[in-house]
Amino acid sequence: MTKRILEVSDLKKHFPIRGGLLGGTVGYVYAVDGVSFHINQGETLSLVGESGCGKSTVGKSVLRLFPLTSGQVVLNGKRIDDMPSGSLRPLRRQIQVVFQDPFSSLNPRLRVREILAEPIRNFGLANSEAEIDEKVGQLMDKVRLPRDAVNRWPHEFSGGQRQRICIARALAAEPDIIVCDEAVSALDVSVKAQIVNLLQDLQAELGLAMLFISHDLAIVEHMTHRVAVMYLGQIVEVADRKSLFGTPRHPYTEALLSAVPVPVPGALRERIVLQGDVPSPIKPPPGCRFHTRCPYAFDRCRKEVPALKDDGTGHLAACHLHDGPAAENPLLNKAPPTAFRAA
Amino acid sequence: MSATALPPGSPGGLPPGVSIPPGLAIAKLPPDILSDVKPRRGIWGFLGRYPAIAIGGSLLFIMVFVAVFAPFLFTKDPTALAPALRTREPSAQFWFGSDMLGRDVYSRVLYGARVSLIVGFSVAFFASLIGLIIGLLSGFNRIADSIIMRVMDGMMSIPPILLAIALMALTRGSVQNVILAITVAEIPRVSRLVRGVVLSLREQPYVEAAVASGTRTWKIIFKHILPNTLAPLTVQATYICAAAMITEAILSFIGAGTPPIIPSWGNIMAEGRALWQVKPYIVFFPAVFLSITVLAVNLLGDGLRDAIDPRLAKRI
Repeated sequence: MTKRILEVSDLKKHFPIRGGLLGGTVGYVYAVDGVSFHINQGETLSLVGESGCGKSTVGKSVLRLFPLTSGQVVLNGKRIDDMPSGSLRPLRRQIQVVFQDPFSSLNPRLRVREILAEPIRNFGLANSEAEIDEKVGQLMDKVRLPRDAVNRWPHEFSGGQRQRICIARALAAEPDIIVCDEAVSALDVSVKAQIVNLLQDLQAELGLAMLFISHDLAIVEHMTHRVAVMYLGQIVEVADRKSLFGTPRHPYTEALLSAVPVPVPGALRERIVLQGDVPSPIKPPPGCRFHTRCPYAFDRCRKEVPALKDDGTGHLAACHLHDGPAAENPLLNKAPPTAFRAA
Repeated sequence: MSATALPPGSPGGLPPGVSIPPGLAIAKLPPDILSDVKPRRGIWGFLGRYPAIAIGGSLLFIMVFVAVFAPFLFTKDPTALAPALRTREPSAQFWFGSDMLGRDVYSRVLYGARVSLIVGFSVAFFASLIGLIIGLLSGFNRIADSIIMRVMDGMMSIPPILLAIALMALTRGSVQNVILAITVAEIPRVSRLVRGVVLSLREQPYVEAAVASGTRTWKIIFKHILPNTLAPLTVQATYICAAAMITEAILSFIGAGTPPIIPSWGNIMAEGRALWQVKPYIVFFPAVFLSITVLAVNLLGDGLRDAIDPRLAKRI
């Protein structure tokens, strides 16, 4: 059996809203509200969903960049969710991050060498300055940057090059898993492809696991093993790539997939246009959180929270439709979404 | 502009072998707008791009030169009395005239530059240093923040000059006490600025990445936060310097600052005030020097602000 790198169960992160005269807590933003998933060694799990659904909060939670409200995060068999920061520090080596914005991800006042040497020093991965230099050089090789560029400042690089420096910094800690928080979203298409391919090569070479947070379904379809779809702080569907893109089992996933542009001029496609906006995560709707916008919503959806259920093949979805007879299930009696029909 | 057909193969024209059908004309492609000016490198190129730094810096340099080398610039003893030669108009003997005690205004103004510059630079330095420490502390500790910032709010509600006068009233008049009083009055603004910068820097992805790569908090403060606060702080320090020089002159002018025995621009103006209508030059020369120095420091600050980060203009 493959090694389980990261296991998250019932993760919750509620941000207090401060207000009033004395700055007391007047409410909470339910950014992440009961999320569970796991990632195996060498596997990519993509977390998709629209803006504000809590994808990045999940990423930052597993990195323990802030304290969690509740839930468990198990990294390589060790619970890190309630660990004091002192004993957590050495474990941080195992999980690293690449952020979205390559321009604010690098300290403008440090040279590339210093940026890459920081994790190596922090985790004691080298014994001498010469060894650090050698490791930094190897990292530059890995991300296809010239070795002599280590003495440059971050502003001397383009966006794609900076993102590769960010990847090199993440690799410097020799992690088991990398969280890519929208790591390619800010780049243009050609550079995006370059970075995605680099990530895939590195994954194959180093056996890294990856939590790939993105809203770009085309990229996700290209590089992921499994996909988790998030809506308003909860995971509504988890499945392997083929199964999710071929036969989505949640109305939200179906709508998301139908919104992906098809690179064929004049192609006919059925678009499911969702009505209204995402409800506020401060006051999430009762029952199924998607019922306010779901084209198939019925009475039960408004009252009862659907559980994430396995269909028997490892394809999990949280939707009441699957409890009824299969013949009446509108999700099952449809052709797969246009954009991915060929795949 | 009329559209004209271009000969094939010309830049912006049609590829060879393509003809334009009769009756059709193709608009000329406008050329790309590119500046062919090569930015000048080095210190002269930098000063050329930021004239405010060049002008402010050289004016300030002259003032510092004057203050440091005052004894060698044909001055007399600025406190030497000559009652027989009092209130003389500017002449070869008294370049800026003499005051009502017969002291040479030129010498007094040049020596007065020392007080102004010492006060301005010291206040800028100490207020920045203390404000930086307080700002870092309150940017990183929520409990300290709520206490410190309320105290700062309280201090800011008192006009700085009044606060300085009150502090001067508690102590003896001396240059050190003037520096202390103005520094105390300036600290709240600096610490607010630093706190704001720290709070926004803490959310920067590179700080979060540093946390994720196991960097200790004190190291994050000194390696990632502090160096990035220095730029806005330097700009703020120049403004503090200018404000401190004015405040020093005001305090001296109203007799609550530098003791009258030491020539400072405020003191000279205060003494010349009574004779303003008949002997305006006694007030005029120190006032011009004060204005030029403050202008120089402000120009330098504006230039630095533009050079470091144009967006800072909104934050300060």
